[in-house]
Amino acid sequence: MAAVAHEAHGHHDSHGHHEESFVSKYIFSQDHKMIGKQFLMTAVFMGVVAMLLSILFRIQLAWPGESSDFVSFFLGENWAPGGVMKEDMYLGLVTIHGTIMVFFLLTGGLSGTFSNILIPLQIGARDMASGFLNMLSYWFFFISSLLMLLSLFVESGPAMAGWTIYPPLSALPQAVSGSGMGMTLWLVSMSIFIASSLIGSLNYIVTVLNLRTKGMAMTRLPLTIWAFFITAIIGVLSFPVLLSAALLLMMDRLAGTSFYLSDIIVGGEMLTQHGGSPLLYQHLFWFLGHPEVYIVLIPALGLSSEIIATNSRKPIFGYRAMIGSILAIAFLSFIVWAHHMFVTGMNPFLGSVFVFTTLLIAIPSAVKVFNYITTLWRGSIVYTPAMLFAIGLVSTFITGGVTGIILADAALDITVHDTYFVVAHFHVVMGLSAVFGMFGGVYHWFPKMFGKMMNTRLGYAHFWITIVGAYGVFFPMHFVGLAGAPRRYYDYSVYGDFDVESFNLMLDLNVIITVFAIIASLGQLLFLFNFFYSIYRGPKAPQNPWKGTTLEWTTPVEHIHGNWPGELPTVHRWPYDYSKPGFEEDFIPQTVPLAEGEEEH
Amino acid sequence: MVTKLVILAVIVLGVIAVAQLMRVYELSSKLRNKEEGEISNRDNRLNANLMLIFMFILFGGFIWLMLKYGWTGRGDAASVHGHEIDWLLNLNFIIIIAVFFLTNALLFIFAFKYVKKPGVKAFYFPHNNKLEMLWTVVPACVLAVIIILGLKSWNDVTDEAAPESIRVELFSKQFDWTARYAGANNELGKFDYKLTTDDNELALLTTNTLDSAIYHMEYGTLGIKTMEAKLNDASLIMIPEDRAKMLEDLSRKERLVRLLYQMKGRHDSKLDARAWDDIIQKDTLYLCKNKEYEFNFRSKDVIHSAYFPNFRAQMNTVPGMTTRFKLTPDISTADYRKKKNDPNFNFVLLCNKICGGAHYKMKMIVVVLEEKNYMKWMDSKKTSTFKDMYFATASAETEAETKVDAMEAVTTEEQPVAQ
Repeated sequence: MAAVAHEAHGHHDSHGHHEESFVSKYIFSQDHKMIGKQFLMTAVFMGVVAMLLSILFRIQLAWPGESSDFVSFFLGENWAPGGVMKEDMYLGLVTIHGTIMVFFLLTGGLSGTFSNILIPLQIGARDMASGFLNMLSYWFFFISSLLMLLSLFVESGPAMAGWTIYPPLSALPQAVSGSGMGMTLWLVSMSIFIASSLIGSLNYIVTVLNLRTKGMAMTRLPLTIWAFFITAIIGVLSFPVLLSAALLLMMDRLAGTSFYLSDIIVGGEMLTQHGGSPLLYQHLFWFLGHPEVYIVLIPALGLSSEIIATNSRKPIFGYRAMIGSILAIAFLSFIVWAHHMFVTGMNPFLGSVFVFTTLLIAIPSAVKVFNYITTLWRGSIVYTPAMLFAIGLVSTFITGGVTGIILADAALDITVHDTYFVVAHFHVVMGLSAVFGMFGGVYHWFPKMFGKMMNTRLGYAHFWITIVGAYGVFFPMHFVGLAGAPRRYYDYSVYGDFDVESFNLMLDLNVIITVFAIIASLGQLLFLFNFFYSIYRGPKAPQNPWKGTTLEWTTPVEHIHGNWPGELPTVHRWPYDYSKPGFEEDFIPQTVPLAEGEEEH
Repeated sequence: MVTKLVILAVIVLGVIAVAQLMRVYELSSKLRNKEEGEISNRDNRLNANLMLIFMFILFGGFIWLMLKYGWTGRGDAASVHGHEIDWLLNLNFIIIIAVFFLTNALLFIFAFKYVKKPGVKAFYFPHNNKLEMLWTVVPACVLAVIIILGLKSWNDVTDEAAPESIRVELFSKQFDWTARYAGANNELGKFDYKLTTDDNELALLTTNTLDSAIYHMEYGTLGIKTMEAKLNDASLIMIPEDRAKMLEDLSRKERLVRLLYQMKGRHDSKLDARAWDDIIQKDTLYLCKNKEYEFNFRSKDVIHSAYFPNFRAQMNTVPGMTTRFKLTPDISTADYRKKKNDPNFNFVLLCNKICGGAHYKMKMIVVVLEEKNYMKWMDSKKTSTFKDMYFATASAETEAETKVDAMEAVTTEEQPVAQ
């Protein structure tokens, strides 16, 4: 079954490609390559906004209470009187930073961009199964991005309950000003986002299952495609649960129901809601929230598998084990959600079950890491900027992964739960790894996306500044957390009242962290410049600049609707025939038939 | 304004400068007939060397942080289970730090060593079952140890407290903590959030507080009767929105008062004694060294989290439910100060769940006393039980009387309906 090729879009063969208007080509495009680029552009913009928000609150944390022109410039007199941001706005910035980074940059941006660009190109299809749904998916994403940005400009402020928006705080405008209009916009935006993600994911799944070209068995798929495929399945199974969580919250806020509320007095007002449970929300949220971590991470791992194999000029080590570990991670990701809830009042016995399942995830993760390292071993590494980022990803995946063992252990989690240790952990393992994967992907497939090359030297500078800055931010943050600093505190000088030693530690390290954060974010300007400059003025790309084996490098540099000018290519081998003994070239494209007496792998 | 313009100009010029540099670079590579995709050996070597240098910087930075701040910046644990947790934390840290060094070292050393060299082809090595088995089984064994030890500690820590342990409730609201000691009978009085009034902030349940709550709901300044009077007053002109809001308030209070009457119908006055001897304590929480405490947690408004960093204890406080945690402090504040050599040090209870603007200020100082001093403090509190405080003010007393009168009137009125 797997080898069957569907010529669903066969009609394209007969008559080249049609003349397209500006609107149908650049705006309401149904071409997967254009939609992928639209996702990327939107996500880059959202990412810049979220990064800017983080710089604003990092300034507050490093120099609490000091007036800053930079803060005043962006927040104005209303939210930062005298250049010092208000407490509420601090929470708003933290909340929107998290939301944008997790959902808009690393879910929409990463999976949306690369699934769209790479799935048809790497499986040998003319386009996605449904071009129209694909377009719809982007425009839903666009609308939800706009709404999320809009919420920053609401008079009562954006959502302020943290990116996890736990009720009752998120349900009660009396409790914090952001839980008014800002929260409503957040919920509407996220609901639309979920619709976008679902439509997109269903499309990816159908495309991978049905539109593979002749000879492209599932076991000949590049690991990128496996990653996008599994990610889409996780998304389809978990995002609807977040939608129900959001809808119930909306009803508690607007219709007076009590799904999450019980026995509350807020702002002097005694509410009548009784019998609801805030824990219900947490279960629903994390039923998405944990798989979400892997929705973010798995595509990045897939991209880096491809980049590392190509640039080590070696087959990825343990191809089947890599697929197996993605499947294992995906399965386990659904039965670990309550490790976010060890100290929420959930039954401790239930907690111990989740300790067990959570720690199991370390096994497939370890397999992946060792397989990457073995792929490098005795390779012939070419340092493209993409390769640097892929290696950076492996490093952050290790560094962030090991601290997960502490957090997964319920007894140890008691002391570090909700401290900066957690913040450091997930930023390294999920944030940095996924961002590195995304950068790697952009550098590697830029020639495919835009037909131009990015500047390599600027890419090098970008990588080294980013990794030094990133570790400089998050290494010290672990120590702030171990000193017991709770997250989402506006000002750590409160420690001065009872513990001078911790006070000094926190303030010292917070300055270091902020300085590195500023360096790292300035480093991103190099990327932005390189990216936009190269789109217009970069040197023209050759067809196969990195000497890759996969199908996308057999398409012409100029984009055409339908991807391949003639017949679809036929696949004869797996995608990792690099440096195979007995061959002149150090790579054999998937379209080359097996030589006589050659074993597949 | 001028500085902003200067900054803007610098940025613009900077961008132009980088663009020009790139043009020069591209033209020169064109002259050398080099394609952009090709990476020169010099660039490969440069990055390979940087990989190794970065590894040393990474490890060096980590070691420096470890030496300077240690991995438990909170200082030594100050509770019995805290020592167990710290022991386990240290063990886990040794394991993960070893893994961190080993795997990162392999990664960066390979990245350095196996950089492309002219004439050397990569080694075709697609898989090896033995190796893959090795790095599945070894992590699984290590994890088995971690899981078993972790679950053992978790069960100990979350186990029920001994029956004789001291019961204390911590009540949280935006943005402070209130403690309630169970008093002489070591039983915490019952509560219901609908009983909250100005002189009963913790909403404790006794016959008097129940009557008083009903009275407030009906005759208080914003009570049902007042609202009804206002709404029926034809001479009073109200904005429609205010009127709608008041109608909504009214129906809410009517529902609440109905529930209060139901509660009254079921109320057993024998329970009163449980609440009357409770001691309510603000600002500072006093604990006795080497005594086990069973804490109950409640929240009035949103989720908070009771976090005692020094005792290695944490539990969320959730509106609508009671959560619990037990702990035994095993060093007094005075001794700990000596150990830390900081005369102003104090244990603390922090809020560790985002709860609103002043989240970061929500804390309570915790003082652990030797048994002798603790008993002395307890004695001083004997005359300020909930009962004492509740009836302390004259106004409260007179109010209580009127309450009872009003109650009688109401109940006689209501009775026929009830039957």
